[in-house]
Amino acid sequence: MKRTLALILLFTSSTFLRASTDSIETILAVGSEGKGNSEAAQAWSKITASADIASLMMVFDAMDQASPIASNWLRSAAEVIAKNLEKSGQTAIDPLGEYFMDESHPPKARRFAFELIKKNEPMTAKALIPGLLNDPSPELRRDAVSLLINQASSLKKEGNKSAAILIYRQALNAAVEENQVKPISKALKELGVEVDLPKHFGFLMRWNVIGPFDNTDRKGFETIFPPEEEIDFSAKYKGKEKEAAWTPLSSSDSLGKIDLNKPFGMLKETTAYAYTEFESKSSRTAELRLGCKNAWKIWVNGKFIFGRDEYHRGQRIDQYKLNIQLKEGKNTILVKACQNEQTEEWTVQWEFQLRICNESGVAILASNRKPTPQSEKQTRRPRRSKS
Amino acid sequence: MKTILNLLLILSLFSSIELLNAEDWLQFRGTDHRGVAESSNLPTSISSEKNITWKKSLPGRGLSSPIIIGDRIFLTAASTTDQSRLHIMCFDSNDGTTQWSREFWATGRTICHEKTCVAAPTPASDGKHIYALYSSNDLICLDLNGNLKWMRALMQDYPNASNSLGLASSPIIVSDTLIVQVENDSESFAAGIDLNKGTNIWKFPRTKKANWTSPIKVGKNVVAIQGSEGVTAIEASSGKILWSYGEGASTIPSSVASKDGSTLFIPSNGMTALKPRNDNNTPEILWQEPQLRPGTASPIIVDDKIFIINRAGVLNAAKKETGERLWRLRLEGPFSGSPVASKGHIYIASERKGLLQSVDLSGKEGKITGTIELGETILGTPAIANDSLYVRSDHHLWKISNPN
Repeated sequence: MKRTLALILLFTSSTFLRASTDSIETILAVGSEGKGNSEAAQAWSKITASADIASLMMVFDAMDQASPIASNWLRSAAEVIAKNLEKSGQTAIDPLGEYFMDESHPPKARRFAFELIKKNEPMTAKALIPGLLNDPSPELRRDAVSLLINQASSLKKEGNKSAAILIYRQALNAAVEENQVKPISKALKELGVEVDLPKHFGFLMRWNVIGPFDNTDRKGFETIFPPEEEIDFSAKYKGKEKEAAWTPLSSSDSLGKIDLNKPFGMLKETTAYAYTEFESKSSRTAELRLGCKNAWKIWVNGKFIFGRDEYHRGQRIDQYKLNIQLKEGKNTILVKACQNEQTEEWTVQWEFQLRICNESGVAILASNRKPTPQSEKQTRRPRRSKS
Repeated sequence: MKTILNLLLILSLFSSIELLNAEDWLQFRGTDHRGVAESSNLPTSISSEKNITWKKSLPGRGLSSPIIIGDRIFLTAASTTDQSRLHIMCFDSNDGTTQWSREFWATGRTICHEKTCVAAPTPASDGKHIYALYSSNDLICLDLNGNLKWMRALMQDYPNASNSLGLASSPIIVSDTLIVQVENDSESFAAGIDLNKGTNIWKFPRTKKANWTSPIKVGKNVVAIQGSEGVTAIEASSGKILWSYGEGASTIPSSVASKDGSTLFIPSNGMTALKPRNDNNTPEILWQEPQLRPGTASPIIVDDKIFIINRAGVLNAAKKETGERLWRLRLEGPFSGSPVASKGHIYIASERKGLLQSVDLSGKEGKITGTIELGETILGTPAIANDSLYVRSDHHLWKISNPN
């Protein structure tokens, strides 16, 4: 009798697991423009009918190979299964902990696992946070950095300068987000320690630029000017109303802004190109992160990566995250930046900030990175002619 | 036997389909986008002491309005420092308790101007499902119990369809089609989405210019889409363009239609009243009034008058038929949300302090009849249902109603 029961359970369990596997496969197959939605909805419904730890972990494991939209389907399924488990008095702390500890899983999914652990075991989660300082997940890392910032702030208030500096520096080493890096940097400055922010973020500070080319009626964005076909620093081309030649441009801006108004003047309806090289220690994937409020295009090693023709709608660090492949040794980066016809004060900027980092936002520095250029004496930006 | 089966079938249909209630508030500015609840008994003279029924904490920011189906309130929000966590919540309208909540990851860019946020568009519902759109261009369909039905990552499908100031256009449902308007400087489009599958029924490019207005229904199967170039009327089920008005229009406040859909009031050249023709030729301009220039808030029609709140926070009343200005009343602004109305009163919350104001429109001039200082920045538009007003800020959802 016992044997029969065990066989039935085994059969039921294997049938159920097969159904779950099939359902997950269906969800992983969702494609662009809604392809596979109907099938995925049925699969989601089947998976979420369970209050089963094995199903929960199958869903988490599937996120390893899921597209962004499939990940969202799976996340939602995991959320519901976790609630089902909670209702039935079960806890999945052990397998979720295993999953969370394995840094090979997707950072977002690990963060989600951590939140589920935190919900059931808040004290355990709290104890885990200090160990997350260099976690691949920016969200997990943020919690650990926050702890250090609070500790350092208290030490600073108590007048324990040396200890505060040490803790702030430890926080800075781990911080990847502007809203943590900037306050840490400010606090360190108040304590007499200067922070090389461009190096911390991995901004590329030295470029060669060429322009101005035409962008009347915003047509320059799609026009192929010579730098898109060849990089020849000795070449000179017909530009917009003047000859265009390559010239070096370096920046000392703390957030890596490359201001194209400086070499070319406060021009409108113009296009410029910026070129630099990046020595990579190894062949690897990386993220190229850009902030820009002008229209732009980017090529890495001659390959077009992405472009966008939006003007003056906002700029911030890491506004655009682009996956790139670096090769060992020299890599070329070409940026096209177009300025439009608007004349309002808030449309003056013709600039970009570009850095290379890993998926977590940690800077990848060129093997031959030079020291960050020092700021020149503050010079007033020339006023644009009213004519 | 056959009769019994038929009866069972009918019963099962009734049990699975939520019947639409006339007083449900199903999308941005209500089921017909006019912002008016005809039969709600709202407090006409609001005060903090009498009318705050409950207040509920929210997990994240949002400009989106709540939508209400029966005694359930559905609301979106976005949380975390980069607003990459998307929330859809369902609350019991009686006491504000959470019935369910779901979270998703933003798959598109989440950069926004600080005055707006990722949960800016108001979700839409057909009474059976919730269709929630975010500035990250994630479009999510859930049933009323929070079960996921489909999902679109529109920025994965159309990588430049984003606005670095944030998107805000709210989707609407017309003729069993979800109308989505995504307009920005780089990749603009309007699309009709299949309610059941989430696939495109139609899609066409729109002017490459940032635009935060929402489409509105102007006929059984007709939608007016507003943008910088003017207004285009399309057949909701096919996307076929029916007529166009090309004199330009605002890209922030949305148009409003008369109750019978015969006249469209557009924030264009101040305000323009437009009468579409049956043969879809160029619509007739009934009147244009440059002095009636709405700020951020969309206009509203109550009885025979149109009301406009200008940039200075002044409520302007004008005759709906002619545009003739009648009276002005200074409110305490500024306003980012739009007014709603019920039984001769307008309700609107100011951006700073969250000052909810009720205005009596029945006299020769408007009169502020009450205020409630909610004490938080409010950028969204209230919703009306169940004889109650629902207002959301970045951190809370309030129910305002008459005391029991």
